[in-house]
Amino acid sequence: MATPNEVQAKLLAGIPQSDVQVEDLTGQQNHYSVQVKSSAFSGKSLIEQHQMIYAALGEAMKEEIHALSIQTSLP
Amino acid sequence: MLQTNEIKLDKPATPFNAKEQIQKMITDNELVIFMKGNALLPQCGFSAQVVEIFKRLNADFQTFDILSDDIIRSEVKTFSNWPTLPQVYHRQKFLGGCDIVTEMYQNGELDKLFA
Repeated sequence: MATPNEVQAKLLAGIPQSDVQVEDLTGQQNHYSVQVKSSAFSGKSLIEQHQMIYAALGEAMKEEIHALSIQTSLP
Repeated sequence: MLQTNEIKLDKPATPFNAKEQIQKMITDNELVIFMKGNALLPQCGFSAQVVEIFKRLNADFQTFDILSDDIIRSEVKTFSNWPTLPQVYHRQKFLGGCDIVTEMYQNGELDKLFA
């Protein structure tokens, strides 16, 4: 399991100058909704933006997180 | 009659031919959804949502049930550098997962693609 704080810390570390909101959808720490706002998304396609999120979460995406809903935006 | 439009492999994929099998599915079919379950009985909420969107658009799509083949399930994540399912491919191009397809539906981009 990954706690909401761990998810948030990984995203803040992996995506520069980001504003990150994490919601645990089930209370079981494996289904999350994240909202990430960052200037680093500028000029990137949605697919690239979501790939940046997945890359920031790294290994946690393979085992600990079963479902992730993502919303990205520019500041 | 409701159609499931489901792609079935003659034989289970192997680690050696999985990439080729995926390439063949998205080459032979214009719109392919790799999902859990099929269009009639989706086995996950995200897969169900994506199917529902393409049904509403009256798009002609095929699905592949990744629960039926562990090797394809794993390979398709590498194929697109995308760790989650469902995954949608249109004209051999990776379109996105549930969130992106939903966003494209809401902002009208999908209407343009499937008008």
